[in-house]
Amino acid sequence: MASASLLKTSPVLEKSEWVKGHTLRQPSTSAVRCHPVAPSGLTVRASSYADELVKTAKAIASPGRGILAMDESNATCGKRLASIGLENTEANRQAYRTLLVSAPGLGQYISGAILFEETLYQTTIDGKKMVDVLVEQNIVPGIKVDKGLVPLAGSNNESWCQGLDGLAPRSAAYYQQGARFAKWRTVVSIPNGPTELAVKEAAWGLARYAAISQDNGLVPIVEPEILLDGDHGIDRTFEVAKKVWAEVFFYLAQNNVMFEGILLKPSMVTPGAECKDRSTPQQVADYTLSLLRQRIPPAVPGIMFLSGGQSEVEATLNLNAMNQAPNPWHVSFSYARALQNTCLKKWGGRPENVKDAQEVLLIRAKANSLAQLGKYTGEGESEEAKQGMFVKGYVY
Amino acid sequence: MACVSFAKLNAPSSSWIGGQQSLPQRSGSSAWLATRRVSLPIRAGAYTDELIKTAVSVFFKTIASPGRGILAIDESNATCGKRLSSIGLDNTEPNRQAYRQLLLTTPGLGEYISGAILFEETLYQSTTDGKKFVDVLHDQKIVPGIKVDKGLVPLPGSNNESWCQGLDGLSSRSAEYYKQGARFAKWRTVVSIPCGPSALAVKEAAWGLARYAAISQENGLVPIVEPEILLDGDHPIERTLEVAEKAWAEVFYYLAENNVIFEGILLKPSMVTPGAEHKERANPETIAKYTLTMLKRRVPPAVPGIMFLSGGQSEMEATLNLHAMNQSPNPWHVSFSYARALQNTVLKTWQGRPENVEAAQKALLVRAKANSLAQLGKYSAEGESEEAKKGMFVKGYTY
Repeated sequence: MASASLLKTSPVLEKSEWVKGHTLRQPSTSAVRCHPVAPSGLTVRASSYADELVKTAKAIASPGRGILAMDESNATCGKRLASIGLENTEANRQAYRTLLVSAPGLGQYISGAILFEETLYQTTIDGKKMVDVLVEQNIVPGIKVDKGLVPLAGSNNESWCQGLDGLAPRSAAYYQQGARFAKWRTVVSIPNGPTELAVKEAAWGLARYAAISQDNGLVPIVEPEILLDGDHGIDRTFEVAKKVWAEVFFYLAQNNVMFEGILLKPSMVTPGAECKDRSTPQQVADYTLSLLRQRIPPAVPGIMFLSGGQSEVEATLNLNAMNQAPNPWHVSFSYARALQNTCLKKWGGRPENVKDAQEVLLIRAKANSLAQLGKYTGEGESEEAKQGMFVKGYVY
Repeated sequence: MACVSFAKLNAPSSSWIGGQQSLPQRSGSSAWLATRRVSLPIRAGAYTDELIKTAVSVFFKTIASPGRGILAIDESNATCGKRLSSIGLDNTEPNRQAYRQLLLTTPGLGEYISGAILFEETLYQSTTDGKKFVDVLHDQKIVPGIKVDKGLVPLPGSNNESWCQGLDGLSSRSAEYYKQGARFAKWRTVVSIPCGPSALAVKEAAWGLARYAAISQENGLVPIVEPEILLDGDHPIERTLEVAEKAWAEVFYYLAENNVIFEGILLKPSMVTPGAEHKERANPETIAKYTLTMLKRRVPPAVPGIMFLSGGQSEMEATLNLHAMNQSPNPWHVSFSYARALQNTVLKTWQGRPENVEAAQKALLVRAKANSLAQLGKYSAEGESEEAKKGMFVKGYTY
């Protein structure tokens, strides 16, 4: 890691840093001078991973593909297992994750898989490293690096996301283990305001995490989830989303994050879950694309939407609606529940159901792949797939 | 004029984002892009539809339209005086009128020019035949624009840097300009790399632009947002990129804070080049690469047009660089808003003589057409005159 980049002086001077008549600072060109392996002079900071980050981000943001989010913490994974009558044991989590990563041909539709730390270091039930299985499937392994949400002092009962302490060495270790992208999820709550404080903290935390990730070879997925909870209309969501993303990009820039080497994981712009007016996929697409066009510079290679409680079919329909015309960035999915729900139920914890459950996963993955290409038709979807998964006050 | 007020509640110790009431619905829908059908209440401004129409490209053949760019002729009287004296003319109103008339009545100018930025005097002036200049422009299908800033003055607390004034009374002035026929505005502030730039100067520049942009839109004028990073200095191109990224990050952040509608603005950046006194020159491909990288990192695709300033480049350089930036499709219209780089040869051809008017107008068309081709990525430098290749950088140039 080129630690010289950490000493790079700010591109603009605070008053105390200049002397009248001439500048104190040395020209900062040395900080952005060509590194032998870095793109010439266009790197915002002299990260030795610059080329690889760009390559990884592009690979994940490839046409017809998206991300399988399977980074549920042990506690949350426990809820999934409990819903099909299984105990929350390491063996059960291992069995479930083995089912997912070994689905044959998954890599045709899935470009990246976000893992929880346990899974990154786990083997499948056949004794093969999970990361190796993924790489063989042409799926980039990713790692959830945040340490969860806790109450934000001075706010209106809002949360902040912790995880910056020791993030640099942890990220380096994850890279050693085979991870090539990271994910950090913070939240913004509309019923609680949101307060300026909560938005600022969310955006700043994401920017700091993104810079540290890139320094350690991991493409950061930037995820400020605007929670579905609330009875607000879609215009209000739009307003808040615009504010949040303006702040996120401003701080990413201040932290000298390289935009060609990040991915975004936004929530779609929809009405609140308890709003009496529902929106069609076309409306969700129009609002969401407007948001993206107003806030996302084209240097960002991929925008991988979270599903956040939408049903499997809703999540696919909305994505499809957003891909009816070319976009300046790859617009795709990073779904957890919206990919896993029916699969989990099909499995029910029984080995004899594994194959069927994997087929169900592939059906869902393929549907979203088609949606990414704007070609999804919705024919043949099951009833299960249409069930909403919003849980009020859902703790992830 | 519809104002949106965001009522802020007093929450326990922080302020809230936005108001408790959701934004009022905009009535009517605007099909401002062929594929969009739904109108979005971006902000309940009375002029929103018109702003977007004026700014946006293909469909409405307005400012950001393919093969067209802006003719900047908004030199203040003092600066216009410099132009006139360079060809031996006095700085009188008739002379300024004669010169602007030459430019604006050029037959067929509207094929290559979509907008013309005027100084206040010109907005209210007529031709010697008594036809209003704004009407001349309308007939040419050229949108009239107006310079609204009140110039640069020293910025206290900075490193000998400047700030741009003009916010006082801007709202009523803008409303008047709209009545007179202007449909876009322009405000030019500067950032100096040799002087730092200091964080203060960048913040002031960006904040002033954002406030001006919001006021313009409220009064029906599409704001051209121009933070010129001066060519002066011996810094390399990487340094320019660094400063440009900082400046534009700040500009967009404040534009958002001021609820400016991005679909109804235009940008007027400087290209990313080495400083004028840097030992190595950069070729057009390098300039294009650095400039496009900067744009891709900072400019959301909602912005319909990016109209570059020439800032001291020669006529030909300015055309070559623009051409290099248009070798593949961009998410926004990438074009020109040139003053000296369109006018230089014209002025010299005219020499203040009526018998030279036709030749001078032809020279303007040559330059306008060259830049039109450059906007389409189809320019070739064959047949360019020597005059066109002359650099126009003046150290410490005051505009």
